[in-house]
Amino acid sequence: MNVPENGPYRYIGAKRRAKEHPRFVSGRGRFVADIALPGMKHVALVASPHAAARIVSIDIKAALAAPGVLHVLTGEEFCASTDSLATGVDAPKVTRFALALGVVRYAGEWVAAVVADSRALAEDAAERIEVEYDPLPHVIDPEKALAPGAPLVHPAHGSNVLYRRKFVWGPVEEEFANAEHKIAFRAVWGRSATVPIETFGVAAQWDAGTGILDVWASIQMPKFPDQTARALRLPGNAVRVHHDVDVGGSYGVKRGIKHTVLVGYLAKRLGVAVRLIEDRLENLRGGDMQGPDRFFDMQLAFDGDGTIRAMKIRAVDDVGAYAGRSPFQLGKPVTAICGPYAIGAIEYEPTSVMTNKTPQEAVRGFGQSPTNFAIERAIDRVARHLGMDRIELRKRNFIRNDQFPYTIASGSTYDSGDYHAVLDETLAAIDYASLVRARDDARSSGRLAGIGIASCLEPSGGNSAFEVLMNPKNENTTWMDSCLVRVDLSGAITGVISNSSAGQGHESLVSTVLGEILERDPETIRVVRADSLTALPSNSPVGSRMAIMLGGAAAGAAKTIKETLVAIAAHNFECSPGDLEYRDGSVSLKGAPEKRLDWDQLVEIAHRKFHKLPAALEPGLQAKFVWGVPTGGALPTPEGRIQIYPCYAFEAHIVLVEIDPDTGKPAIRKYVCGHDCGVMINPDIVHGMTYGGIAHGIGAALYEKFSYTEDGQLASGTFMDYLIPSAMEVPAMAIVDHCTPSPLTTFGQKGSGEAGYLGAPAAIANAINDALDPLGASIDTLPISHLAIWKASAPRKGAP
Amino acid sequence: MSETLHAVSVEVNGKPRSAQVPARLSLVDWLREDLCLTGTHIGCEHGVCGACSVMLDGEPVRACLMYAVQAHGHSVTTVEGLARPDGSMSVLQDSFCETHGLQCGYCTPGMLIASQCLLNSNPTPTEEQIRDAIGGNLCRCTGYQQIVEAVQLAAERTRAK
Repeated sequence: MNVPENGPYRYIGAKRRAKEHPRFVSGRGRFVADIALPGMKHVALVASPHAAARIVSIDIKAALAAPGVLHVLTGEEFCASTDSLATGVDAPKVTRFALALGVVRYAGEWVAAVVADSRALAEDAAERIEVEYDPLPHVIDPEKALAPGAPLVHPAHGSNVLYRRKFVWGPVEEEFANAEHKIAFRAVWGRSATVPIETFGVAAQWDAGTGILDVWASIQMPKFPDQTARALRLPGNAVRVHHDVDVGGSYGVKRGIKHTVLVGYLAKRLGVAVRLIEDRLENLRGGDMQGPDRFFDMQLAFDGDGTIRAMKIRAVDDVGAYAGRSPFQLGKPVTAICGPYAIGAIEYEPTSVMTNKTPQEAVRGFGQSPTNFAIERAIDRVARHLGMDRIELRKRNFIRNDQFPYTIASGSTYDSGDYHAVLDETLAAIDYASLVRARDDARSSGRLAGIGIASCLEPSGGNSAFEVLMNPKNENTTWMDSCLVRVDLSGAITGVISNSSAGQGHESLVSTVLGEILERDPETIRVVRADSLTALPSNSPVGSRMAIMLGGAAAGAAKTIKETLVAIAAHNFECSPGDLEYRDGSVSLKGAPEKRLDWDQLVEIAHRKFHKLPAALEPGLQAKFVWGVPTGGALPTPEGRIQIYPCYAFEAHIVLVEIDPDTGKPAIRKYVCGHDCGVMINPDIVHGMTYGGIAHGIGAALYEKFSYTEDGQLASGTFMDYLIPSAMEVPAMAIVDHCTPSPLTTFGQKGSGEAGYLGAPAAIANAINDALDPLGASIDTLPISHLAIWKASAPRKGAP
Repeated sequence: MSETLHAVSVEVNGKPRSAQVPARLSLVDWLREDLCLTGTHIGCEHGVCGACSVMLDGEPVRACLMYAVQAHGHSVTTVEGLARPDGSMSVLQDSFCETHGLQCGYCTPGMLIASQCLLNSNPTPTEEQIRDAIGGNLCRCTGYQQIVEAVQLAAERTRAK
């Protein structure tokens, strides 16, 4: 099955079935809702119906008397017994608890929690809780929230602004003064999110005998055990998070820290196992899993030949009612603020503003996809302004392959790339000339049709340096990851990892890498997950980091095992390790292959035959590898220049969209994505994430929006209103692979967990705008609804 | 308040199952909580996402929109019932593994049910027919592409037999 066909590699890059799949296709996944603990109780929540209100009273008597009810918890008890959740930026007065105390700040905020024998009984009782509210002024629009006199979401903070800074990198004003042309426009990214099909869930159990709180959660979050323990006022070693829980999709949002502190508190307080599984409304409304909600005021200065000299970006992001980590989603894009273009002067003014909406959480790309959308709309607008071909304009401004490593204005160095080649290969794959003919044929037969192009970057290797950039008190400068490899007495290999997975195939990744280095069949290698008390340090699979960080850690540990085996052989052959060669797990003397110790013999020496073990080696056969992110660990300069992420994957999207002129409904006719993420460890997995990212991007571009009424009510609390693209909206796609290895990683790999999503919204928006261009219309606000297209394309139809 | 219980008898994955259940108990909760068949997943509980799809007398239905009592006298097949009699993977299950037709695995049981129902009635589906058949099942990981490929592969393999 594994014929060597991948250059220097035996298993890396070869087609390989994911190790995880058999359990999922047979219904044997172990998701959090599948975890049933003895005597487990269930939680239902009471949520605020107001966007802002003072809580006058909460009457829980009837609920407490309801059948099967064990406890009713309100903010009064909870907030006195736990600490506020962490806020990443410097805003200590913006406190946040799972249950409101005295005041609610968004419709859907949790006010009380009922614990009962079953979810149904808990819901019955929750309906019997009577809360009296005194509504307060609220603010939903981020621009109004910035205006003087706006209602304050957190009066103690003194302002609705959580973060604002103007970065100026390079001679921005000079370039604007000297450039031949300028444009300015606003691009708006609608509030959407990844919305996994599994809602968030958590189960917890307190063991009074050991003093350990066990937690099973549908989690993807750095420092999750640590933050849970802190909020519960427990030492870190009193919280044990189990990572062997399958996570039913996340793509960034499965943070659930408030849920976990709530359930952890209840489990400890009541001495019973407690589980909370969000229903879909709780997930969409009060689960704190909505994504960036952002507008960009863009200005570009450029010359008549298409050379872009400077760019100004003012980004205002509405994070909703609490901070959490969401303001950092304005910080991460600093690491690729000019996209794939050599723009030497950039002004970036991120503003993070609070409103009375559901709090924002991390979403795939951590703010990069909205930023890419704004940049790519700008590129198309520059081309339109100059009457220049969009492809030619992009190529004129692309960083060239001979310029890498290339340091951008904001201080990050791009590791490698060949943007011109990838775009050319994508154009060839889609047969661009015939695509243009297809578009023009459609137009001449009365339909609207447009071609969208987007070229953008996926920063990968997830590092945390945006934290110290945006909050000097928060000196978080790297995110390590790790792997432990054990070879047991039977000779079987086990990789131990320290995170849960949400479909990224980490068991496949680690077994492939261990197999590659140790030259053993990955099929025979098991990968297990340590819990947070037995784990090596890890920072969870965020920021497209695991191929780089976990792949690198697994390789590092495997290399140590290999060196150990060679050292054992050298000791027994009384030669130097340099005289030996390692092949398929056996070590032999160069030039004398009959002088050989095979895998089983070496393993046995390591485990049992200490008399044959070199004195310097510890018995047994295991190795760990922990490392920080390559290029990580630095602090920002006073101007805010910093290396945030190490590796930069590139993607070029080309799409043909046709629009039904009578309904405004768009249909994607052709979609090709050129993709360069360096060496792919498992091409099927990379392609799968890319297809999924494109589908998700189609949703963000055309369908998905957390809409709010002026009263601050979420108007899209079901899948009938929050529209997720189905197999009917997502077209067949093609991916063109290109490989520019990263010089910073073990095998030349880059990250790909956010692939597709980082360029698809921009490509779709550019296609719609190309279709509208002959009508002189444009739309720069996502999602672009059918109605918006219809209004823009049919201004004389008497649109409502 | 004690709830009135109702007798249900349902053939689940080929085995007769009987129970006394409250009228408001959904089919999916009965399968998952009482019968411990946790392969069927809950996604939205309002009939849109398809994660809870099971076969009822061979037709795909949303187990979140049905009460357990409504299944009385019927036959239900869940993802646990798709394997071959010896417990090995069915052609369709194996094809999902082969084409990487899943990532997180959460929508997968529903996708398998929807696709198996299609293949049972139409062994030679077009891509359009496959997309139509899984059109009521939402997936956030795959963009559907490798799921469509899996169903195509399963159809080819079944024909080749």
